[in-house]
This record gives sequence, structure tokens and C-alpha cells, in this order.
Amino acid sequence: MSQNGSLMGFVHRRRRGAELFLLILSLFVGIGGYAAVGFGVQEKVPPDIIGYGGWLAALILGTHIIVRITAPYADPVLLPVVSALNGLGLAVIHRLDLARDKDFAAQQLMWMTIGVLLFAGTLLVLRDHRVLQRFTYTSGFVAIVLLLLPMLPVLGQDINGARIWIRIGPLGFQPGEVAKVLLVLAFAGYLVLHRDALALAGRRLLFLDLPRGRDLGPILAMWLVSLGVLVFQKDLGSSLLFFGLFLVLLYVATERPGWLVVGGSLFLAGAFLGYTLFGHVRQRFSIWLDPMSHYGEGTDDRGRQIVESMFGMGWGGLIGRGFGNGEPWRISYAESDFIFAVIGEELGLTGAMAVIVCYGLIVERGLRTALVCRDGFGKLVATGLACVFALQVFVVIGGVTKLIPLTGLTTPFLSYGGSSLVANWVIIALLLRISDQARRPVPDFSGDPELPDNAAEVTQVVKLEKS
Amino acid sequence: MSEITLFLIRFAYLAILWIFVLSAISVIRSDMFGARVPADVGHVERRAPRGQRAKAGRRRGAPTHVLVVDGGNAGERADLDRAPLLIGRGSDAAIRLDDDYVSTRHARIAASGEQWFVEDLGSTNGTYVGAVRITQPTTITLGTQVRIGKTILELKK
Repeated sequence: MSQNGSLMGFVHRRRRGAELFLLILSLFVGIGGYAAVGFGVQEKVPPDIIGYGGWLAALILGTHIIVRITAPYADPVLLPVVSALNGLGLAVIHRLDLARDKDFAAQQLMWMTIGVLLFAGTLLVLRDHRVLQRFTYTSGFVAIVLLLLPMLPVLGQDINGARIWIRIGPLGFQPGEVAKVLLVLAFAGYLVLHRDALALAGRRLLFLDLPRGRDLGPILAMWLVSLGVLVFQKDLGSSLLFFGLFLVLLYVATERPGWLVVGGSLFLAGAFLGYTLFGHVRQRFSIWLDPMSHYGEGTDDRGRQIVESMFGMGWGGLIGRGFGNGEPWRISYAESDFIFAVIGEELGLTGAMAVIVCYGLIVERGLRTALVCRDGFGKLVATGLACVFALQVFVVIGGVTKLIPLTGLTTPFLSYGGSSLVANWVIIALLLRISDQARRPVPDFSGDPELPDNAAEVTQVVKLEKS
Repeated sequence: MSEITLFLIRFAYLAILWIFVLSAISVIRSDMFGARVPADVGHVERRAPRGQRAKAGRRRGAPTHVLVVDGGNAGERADLDRAPLLIGRGSDAAIRLDDDYVSTRHARIAASGEQWFVEDLGSTNGTYVGAVRITQPTTITLGTQVRIGKTILELKK
């Protein structure tokens, strides 16, 4: 390996200037999208473009200043990509608002403000991600409590058949979105301590190293939790996300493909169980296999959403209808679960691919951070957070494009939805914190380099006798 | 508004979207290849041919080689001039250890300025400095015992 490729061989540059440049470009994506929506729908520049654009620009520049102060070595690409996606999401939600006379975009902008404030707070308060390792079991416990909250009789709320909401006064909230961040921290903290036992003990069957029976405990517990989410909250997407996340982290921590086989078969068993036991899972499957038989007069019409989404994307074609020239209001829940279909319709394959590449960049930067990171906990947290994004985007976009059965999850940063937006901003803050630590030049560990003989004596005292 | 204007706006917006994506990718690219090597005496010295470096004269008491002090290969050594040194069971290792508990590419010893670091390369059994399993590059000085499998290494003058 060359000296340049080694960890200590080079110092990462700060690249804050490059970040600012990309952030300004991302503002063109956000505010330009807003203006394009105005042109397309109302044939004029939207009257509130100054106020809206100013607010968005202030938020984005605010994040940049926070990063400059608190995380000067952090990754330069992550924040601009997020800002572009968020700006694009706002523009698309605004476009749907104009078609349906709602006011979701303003609410989403308010949630984005809260998200950015929490992002700043996370970076300001959390100066070293390794502190989080102390809260391994606390965050695991809180995550479980948050997942159970919607089941409570008064707090919990059934919306569209899924019981994943809690409502306190006028504020609705999806605790599962926060739980996923806490679960990443809990898994990473647990695995960094126990990975040796999980990786080394076990027996060999055919060509696979199967783990020991007693080590199966955590994975079985996780399997039961995901099944519980599926059974009691009827939330297919979240259960898939949690289980997949745990499996990936287990594999990354132990480097044992045996876990993937065990987990994969558990997943299949769970999916089969869900299919045989629950009507709504069976229904999702049958809509996925043949949506047309669930569309139109004389049917149950439950496939309308996915069929309209595919009509929209097909009509959009290569370069889309242009903002304002499609008919995205035909898709129900176009602003949350199906926002990707609206992008496919109005921006076409070209725009949809740009969005997917943006998500790819987020995941790549997360995994890159994990590679560069110097401590095991940080590596696992960064991998886990990147993996949350990858899984979530795959599940949502796969569902919308009918690659896999539809499951309800939000598209990160694009979809309308406060809990998801806020949680994702915190995830980005954590990733930036870890990448700041990882890219910082190696600090000076040693004592006094002028006294090597003295240092030798000191180490002699703690020298281990060969055991 | 005329059809052509809307068409142009549509194209312009897609162009902005892709210009953004491509600039982000080009920043990543320059981040990958454009990293700055610190203008540090140690590095400049190591880049120079070995003969010159020997003449340049080392500070008194600086380590010159790594010695296997205990284990199956006790007595083997490797000069630090050839740093970074790879330690493991593989054939490309600078110190090749016949130890079942050592991974193929187990650890690396490298310098940053005047200091020497040992870094675990994701080995199965880990690298220990003193009694502690290291998770990140750790400074070692003369006489610090680095345990790799059943083998113990030390920096020597």
C-alpha cells in the first residue's frame, strides 16, 4: 500500500469553500424549482419568492456557518446534497399545494427550520461522537419505548391503517423515525463490544460458519421486535428497515456471512408468516403482482395509487412534463409516500435519476466516513446511518416503481412529513460529526518526544509478562 | 406563457439539477485525489533515497528497527527505513510471522513526523499495545510491546 493511501500519510483538506460553492448551487436547485413551479402553474414568478428564497438561503447558509465553526473537517458533499434534496422536495410539495389548494409547503418549511435547528444543536452539543457509546443501552431502551408509544390507547393514533402516530394536543409525531436513529446507536454500541464473541465462536456447516446458539439471542430479539412492529402497527416498511439495519450492522461488525444466511432465512420466515397470517400483507402482495386487477370500476380500487403513479412516470418519459404540466394530483398521498412518482412525472427519468444519484452520494459519503473513521464505534454508527438511507430509499422508490411490494416509508428529505425530516437532519448532523473526527489530522498522542529513554522506562512498568 | 418558454424552463431546471450533481461528484473526485501531504520533515526525509537518509543523521535515540522479541519468529527484525512496515502472515509482509493467530495483513507500523504508530488492519485477533486492544493508530516508543497473536514486537535503537 502506498504511503499516500495510508491513514497517516495525508491530511484531508477542510474543503469548506467547496462546500459553500455546492450549497449555493443547491440553492439554485431549491429556489429555481420554486420559481419553475410558479412559471409552470401560474405563468408568473411566485410573488413570495423573495421571502421564501431568503428564508431557505438563510437556513442553508446558517448550516454552513455552524459546520464551519463546529466541524471544520467534515465532509463537504453531504450537506449540499441534503440541501438540494430538501429544496427540491419543498418545490414539489408547493407544486402539489397549488394544484390542490393546500398549504403543506409552508408547514414543511417550518419543519425544515426545526430540523436545521436540531442539526445545529446536535453539532454544537455533541463534540465527540464516542460519547454516545455510553448511552448504548439507554438509547436502545428509549427506542423500544418510542416504538411502543403508538400502541398506547390515548396517545396512539390509527392513520390509514397503520398505528405509527402519537398525538399530543395539536402535534402529531411518528416516533419510529426517531427510534431508527437511536437503534443505530444502540446496535453499534452493542456490537462494538460483543463482536468478538459473535464473530469467533461457532461451528462450521458445509462452507458456512454458523454462529453459536446462545449468540443468536440478540438477532432473535430483533426479529421479534420487527415482527411486532409488523403485527401490531401494521407498518411493513419500518419492520423491514429495522431488521435489515440490524442484519447489515451484524455482518459489518463480524465479517461473517453466516449471519446473513441466518438473518435472510429469518426474514423469509417472517415474510411468509406475515403473508399467511395478515390480510393486509397478502393484499399488498396481490396489488404488487397485478395492480391492474385492483384498478378502476368493479374492483376494490386499492391499486389506484400505484397504477396512477406508474401512469404518471410513464407519461413523464425521458424529460418529464415540466413543472405544472403533469397531473400529479391523481395520485393519493403524492406529497408524502409517492413524491418520487411526481418527480418522475414532471421531471422525467432525467430528474428522477438525478435524485437517485443524490441519495447514492449520501450513502457513499456515509460509507466513506465509516472507512476513514478511526474508532470501531464511529465506523459502525456511520455504516448504520448510511445503511438506513440506502434501505429506506430502496424500499420507498422500489415500492413506488413497483420493483417490490409497496410499504409505507417516507422518502428522506423529499417527502412531506415533520418527524422524518427532523430525524434525517439529525442523522446528517451525526454523520458530519463522525466525518469531522475521521478527517481531522491524527492528534499528537505521545508524551514528551525529547525523552525517549524515559518513555521506555515508563512502558517497562506496565510491560506484560508473556502469558 | 408560450410553449417554447415553458420548454426552455423545463430544460434549464433539469440542467441545473445535473450541474449540481456533477459538481458534487467532481468535489468528491478532488477530495479523493487532491489530498495534501503535510509538508513535514519526516515525510520529506522518507521520500529521499535510503543512502541520503542515513547520511542526514538521525536524532539520538530514535528507533531504527523493529525486533520480534518473543514468539515463533523471535530475533527477526526489519529496518524502519522501509516504513510503512506491514506485519502479517502474508508473503508481502515486511515481517512475516509463522503464527496461527496472526492475520495475513495484520498490522502496520508507520511514521508521522518523529513518531511511530502501529495500526491494526482489521485483523481477526487484534493488535495489543500493552494490555489494550487498539482501535485506532497508536503511538509506540522504544520498548513499547506490541502483541500480535502470540508474537511480541518492539521498536529498537
